[in-house]
Amino acid sequence: MSELQFREALGRALKEELQADPDAFLMGEEVAEYNGAYKVSEGLLDEFGPKRVIDTPIAELGFVGLGVGAALYGLRPIVEVMTFNFAMLSLDAVVNTAAKTRMMSAGKLSCPVVVRGPTGAGGALAAQHSQSLEQQYTHIPGLKVVSPSTPADAYGLLRSAIQDPDPVIFMEHESLYGTRGEVDDEPYTIPLGKADIKREGKDVTIISWSRQMRQLIEWADKLVEETGQDIELLDLRTLRPLDRDTIVQSVQKTNRVVIVEEGWEHSSVSATVSDLIQREAFDYLDAPILRVTQRDVPMPYAPPLEAHTLPSFERIKEAVQTVSYQK
Amino acid sequence: MDETPDIPTHHTKLSEEALRELYVNMVRYRRFEEAAARSYGMGKIHGFCHLHIGQEAIAAAIGAVHQEHDAVIGGYRTHTLGLALGISEEAAMCELFGKDTGNVRGLGGSMHLFEPKNGFYGGWGLVGQQLPTGAGIAFGQKYKEIPGATLCLIGDGAVHQGAVHETLNLAAIWELPLVVLIENNHYGMGTAVDRVSSLPPLHALAEPYGIEHWSFDGMNVLETYDSLYEAMKRARETSKPVFLEALCSRFRGHSMSDPGKYRTREQLQEEKDRDPIPHFGNKLVDDGVLSKDDLKTIDDEQKQRMKDVVKAADEAPYPEVGLAEEFTHAPANEGDHE
Repeated sequence: MSELQFREALGRALKEELQADPDAFLMGEEVAEYNGAYKVSEGLLDEFGPKRVIDTPIAELGFVGLGVGAALYGLRPIVEVMTFNFAMLSLDAVVNTAAKTRMMSAGKLSCPVVVRGPTGAGGALAAQHSQSLEQQYTHIPGLKVVSPSTPADAYGLLRSAIQDPDPVIFMEHESLYGTRGEVDDEPYTIPLGKADIKREGKDVTIISWSRQMRQLIEWADKLVEETGQDIELLDLRTLRPLDRDTIVQSVQKTNRVVIVEEGWEHSSVSATVSDLIQREAFDYLDAPILRVTQRDVPMPYAPPLEAHTLPSFERIKEAVQTVSYQK
Repeated sequence: MDETPDIPTHHTKLSEEALRELYVNMVRYRRFEEAAARSYGMGKIHGFCHLHIGQEAIAAAIGAVHQEHDAVIGGYRTHTLGLALGISEEAAMCELFGKDTGNVRGLGGSMHLFEPKNGFYGGWGLVGQQLPTGAGIAFGQKYKEIPGATLCLIGDGAVHQGAVHETLNLAAIWELPLVVLIENNHYGMGTAVDRVSSLPPLHALAEPYGIEHWSFDGMNVLETYDSLYEAMKRARETSKPVFLEALCSRFRGHSMSDPGKYRTREQLQEEKDRDPIPHFGNKLVDDGVLSKDDLKTIDDEQKQRMKDVVKAADEAPYPEVGLAEEFTHAPANEGDHE
């Protein structure tokens, strides 16, 4: 075991995949000579050279589209976007080309591309650089969507994403890059589509992912103490496909569910998870599912306003108390 | 680079058999598209259906210059491109009919034909987005040191898309073996290109990116052959992009649902007077390659062939419900390479 930063765990996964597969290459804004806008790709240019670690111009539609085309030709492109806020410019390449290639060609072509980079709401980055856009991708059949919360998960999931035969959107929370955690020194992968119970509990299941899950892990003891509820933390890790079995099993045990989502409530991941639970485990629910999400406004800049829009300890505590009929 | 460069007359090396094949293919594409139009009118083909009638010289020349390691990718006007790259008439027509025996089993339809084993990477529906995709294929050829080039077709309507400009820049800085061919039929759907472009001639948009560019008469199959042959050769040999503009006409609407009110009967007749098929046929007769009787026999054969093809498509079964689910993701366990 070694303690690694989230960014170092991702960098290790990139390095090992580039070593394992000569058809894998990394491209994106600032990934090579600058060593990555968030230093995820630090040292990779030196080790693998400019053929496989490639700086791009600021032209997301062009270079994400080019990565998608290279995947059609059989390469394993890992395309880094500087943030998923900018990746909206490349949605056509991802949604209309990558996601549809296999079905539309009846399996004659596949598109094993990974589009990855930072995401998330917060950090006083204001409205255009600070939002959670997972649902833009989770809506689309043909895509897989991953968003890890710990360095160990980030490493194992990124390796799986790069090896996956389908397009994978890999969303890394900007506020997690500097966080630390133990990572096994032996190489390993974590299968896509498997959730993880980050804390076992018997009273209330809190479902989340990415930075919100990281915060929940930190807040768990205090939440238990202040609500008297034994909380189970279910980290989705992969947002598409969802791990139906782990979700249903947890609900069958606790009978109460709170979902915490950093993004907006409308047409969101938490809405889909809620729907899955009411369809698959309705008889096990002792209370309506509650969701704690970002408030329904573009992100304001001023720190107290930003904090107000995001899920907070107090809002989550209140939701736990409500589903356990303390309020 | 405003002037059309002197392009070697590669076509003079074509055998009589190869010239005959060019002609037969043009007739074959015309009769296929006419059969598709009739079938569409009978409600056998659904959705959008974009015909290449008038532009067959381009598809025929592409088929003739295509080499083993090359790749081709295009837009939604893709039937003849598919036929030129080895999709059978049956497989193409069945796909248009949405049948299980179609090129992609009825999952793609008129706009989405694919034959990657012959280097044909599809049939794509978003105007201009096939260019970054095609540049990625060219990137793959260069990365894997494959001695081929990628030909990417776009229409005149695509030249103002950001994807096109972004990709020309990428192709130039990374020296990709990519030939971009604008089929300029002068109308982006119903909008005359000169009403929406500050760029006449269109091929000049490659100039600031330092990419070689020229235009040619896309209604003349031999000129088209010369330019495509030369551009693909340069891309293969120098690993640099080339940007071409084929000046051409489509004789039908943008799609089957287009009444074509944006041009007059006289304008359309002028365009039809440049029909590449009789022009080339008459030239082959003048040159003694074919007789007038040969032209008629070829046409009769292709007409009969398409009758058989339509009958086969009509009788073929639709795919089973559940086929789309089967191909939305890879089957489990595919693709692990550890």
